[in-house]
Amino acid sequence: MNNGGGVGEGEILLRLENIFMAFGRVQALNGIDLEVRKGEIHSIIGPNGAGKTVMMNCINGLYRPQKGDIYFRGQRINRLSPHKRAELGIGRTFQKLELYGGMTVLDNIRMGSHIHLKSGILSGSVYAGRTKREEIEERNFIEEEIIDLLEIEGIRDQVAHMLPYGLQKRVELGRALALRPELILLDEPMAGLNLEEVEDMARFILDINEEERWKVTCVLVEHDMGVVMDISHRVLVLDFGNMIIDGLPQEVSENPQVIKAYLGEEDLYITRR
Amino acid sequence: MGEETEEITRDLTIPQLFYRQCKRYGSGKVAMREKEFGIWRPFTWQDYLDNVKYLCLGMVSLGLRQGDKVAMIGDNRPEGIWAEMAAMCAGAIPVWLFQDCMMDEVKYIVDHSDSRFFVGETQEEVDKALAIMPNCPKLEFVIWDDPKGMRRYHQEFLMSIKKVQELGKELDEKEPDLFGNMINEGHGENICLLFYTSGTTALPKGALLTHYNMLSMGQNLMAVDPCYDTDDFVSYLPFAWIGEQMMSISCGLQVGYTINFPEEPETAQHNIREIGPHVMFAAPRLYEGLTRQVQVKYLDSTWIKRKTYELATKIGYHVADLKFEKKPIPWYFKVLNYFAYVIMQKKLKDHLGMSRLRHAYTGGAAMGPDHFRFFHALGVNLKQIYGQTEIAGISVTHRDGDIKFDTVGTPIPETEIKITKDGEILSRSPSVFQGYYKMEEETKNTLKDGWLYSGDTGFIDEDGHLVVFDRSKDVMILNDSRPFAPQYLEARLKFSPYVQDAWVVGDKLPYVAAVMCIDYSVVGKWADEHKINYTSYPELSQDPEVYDLIQKQIEEANRGLPEPARIRKFVNLFKAFDADDDELTRTSKLRRGFMAERYKDIVDNLYKDTDTVRLDMTITYEDGRIQPIKTDLRIQEITV
Repeated sequence: MNNGGGVGEGEILLRLENIFMAFGRVQALNGIDLEVRKGEIHSIIGPNGAGKTVMMNCINGLYRPQKGDIYFRGQRINRLSPHKRAELGIGRTFQKLELYGGMTVLDNIRMGSHIHLKSGILSGSVYAGRTKREEIEERNFIEEEIIDLLEIEGIRDQVAHMLPYGLQKRVELGRALALRPELILLDEPMAGLNLEEVEDMARFILDINEEERWKVTCVLVEHDMGVVMDISHRVLVLDFGNMIIDGLPQEVSENPQVIKAYLGEEDLYITRR
Repeated sequence: MGEETEEITRDLTIPQLFYRQCKRYGSGKVAMREKEFGIWRPFTWQDYLDNVKYLCLGMVSLGLRQGDKVAMIGDNRPEGIWAEMAAMCAGAIPVWLFQDCMMDEVKYIVDHSDSRFFVGETQEEVDKALAIMPNCPKLEFVIWDDPKGMRRYHQEFLMSIKKVQELGKELDEKEPDLFGNMINEGHGENICLLFYTSGTTALPKGALLTHYNMLSMGQNLMAVDPCYDTDDFVSYLPFAWIGEQMMSISCGLQVGYTINFPEEPETAQHNIREIGPHVMFAAPRLYEGLTRQVQVKYLDSTWIKRKTYELATKIGYHVADLKFEKKPIPWYFKVLNYFAYVIMQKKLKDHLGMSRLRHAYTGGAAMGPDHFRFFHALGVNLKQIYGQTEIAGISVTHRDGDIKFDTVGTPIPETEIKITKDGEILSRSPSVFQGYYKMEEETKNTLKDGWLYSGDTGFIDEDGHLVVFDRSKDVMILNDSRPFAPQYLEARLKFSPYVQDAWVVGDKLPYVAAVMCIDYSVVGKWADEHKINYTSYPELSQDPEVYDLIQKQIEEANRGLPEPARIRKFVNLFKAFDADDDELTRTSKLRRGFMAERYKDIVDNLYKDTDTVRLDMTITYEDGRIQPIKTDLRIQEITV
């Protein structure tokens, strides 16, 4: 199912060069290189504490690496703040949900597309002309492309923190998509979900990656090896801040070092839920 | 052609009626609405006609011929009705499948019906079709309407409704008269639907119904309870259930009311409230669900609201009982009832989507008197319907002002009911079906001299009302030959909000016992409030405090019953009954025979001197996965 035609030869969308990141004496990332091409699902795996989330945080700007460069669409983005990077088209979801708990699902998602609304306070207050056009467009986009895609029609008006965990994960993805990102960082989207929910989530990720109207490039951090090997085009393996390998899923699963560092524990991760 | 209502003759076909109605209303009136992307989107009669026409011609250009069968599956949506009508217009015969059918059932029905076309809704249905194709050599084309997830499918026999409609447009340009001619060729006594019944006992049987069967039934029902073209109806129960066909096709087409489709099955309740339908027909399970919802909200609300509710229902029940007894309602109770309406009923009915409801029907299975009284106390005109697929849906119903909750009412016009010496109910009307498809033996047993042998037993009471016993055995006998009524007991148990389902046993056994299924959300909430920890249905169901809670519900149901009919022992099952495990029919009736076999260990232990039973069995998920279950269940005794 992986390696769909042409993916892998596309232009480089995101490039990390020799990234170093340390917290005190802990070397979280130790000279990591990464190239994510347009249209790929590029997974990052590794044991707990390997530096996966740190890497995500470096890409979207929550952390500033001490050394190394990050390029997005050829532009160096090291110095840009997270919201600037969001405007460039980098969206993300969080491992531990970061929804606005007291707001409805719809409002949460709308918040994600907030930066696309350009009309000012004056025209906004009379709801005419550009504001009206913009809002209608925005509404259609959210309803047709996100709520329908993620099948959350039934919970549109419910308050986010009252929802079951699996649905909150979906809403989190929905909000990230509302940004209309070119690159989306998915931090453990399947963690804590049951089998059926994992299958749904995998389907959504494939949908946003493959559907003509989305074609989002994904960087996926995930523990569920079955899912990672099934849907990724490339896999990067980290172990205590060091890169072990970056290659096709098959190469990765056959790499002896990877088996030793990570896959040997596969049973552990599979029985986790 | 009449000005207001169409005259139903033996010649008239459903497509002819459909065509006339489309021409009469044109683009000036909304034929159906679907909530999509959060907004109600209307389709006028002209849109309806265009969609059906091109879909029909498209299927014809793919090779659909008169008399072919077209299998259909999917949620309620305009495309479903279009496909059905399109097939009928071409003289083909639609065959509806329940959308949650397991693969085996789909395969059996598609193969047995000789379907050449398969119309599904989403990727899920297409996958089902692809899986059965090797085993169903007669199946040639698969059509779908929701593009989601379909990007990887490129088989030639697979196409979207839109694509088929384009083919139809091409054909229409070449042969502009074809569609009209096909409609004119039809005759009212041709077969229009092949309807597989959900048997409680054997394999599904395909009942053949004609246009005249369907239309005469609708006409006779509406002679009792007229509908108007300004009415709204919400279509959300499976198309594969005759009750839904009866409302959407038989009645809806004749009178021209607007059919509304909810956004998703999960949003149906909310969407019903938005529409506020005038007519409604559902299985008892739905009304039971609504009752439970009200009871739970009641338990949740504040003191003042609870007291208001109690006062208003007290008045409501009193007035309803007077009506049931056909006694005059004193003027002061009329005033009080209006007061109850203002302070409570109005709001509650609005929440249930019943504000504008003129007639609500329940049918398909028995409904407990408690539920029945509950709705009448709210001022909802709920009536029983009796009928079967073989008589196009309905033959008997209550009349306004003549409602007895232990009967199903009196026959609709042109319908005769007769009881044989053995108590079997026979019926005869223009709506009686033509026989079972490819099952001559069964047809002979069911259809004799124009009379339909229902297999149900019953009698006609002193007021001329029909009383129906349970499909299998309504009255069971304990081993000391004292009788009890399991279905009546189950209905009483289900009146408790904590009980989702119950199965009462005791036939030829020393006493009555019950297998209970708790309502996960309601009991779960109760457990939260009582600080009981649980992680899953099985764990919650076995909690001792939950057992005590359920025992209280059973004691409540036992109250006032004669001693032999009281439940003495019960067990909480580790799961709810499910049609996927064959425990229920697709229309949610208990399959007692099957259950007796499946849960033999439980039943045996209910009559032994033991307080646990060990279960070792398998359960089936909707996608066909099977999981073994090993568990211990507690048995609790009730002192009566």
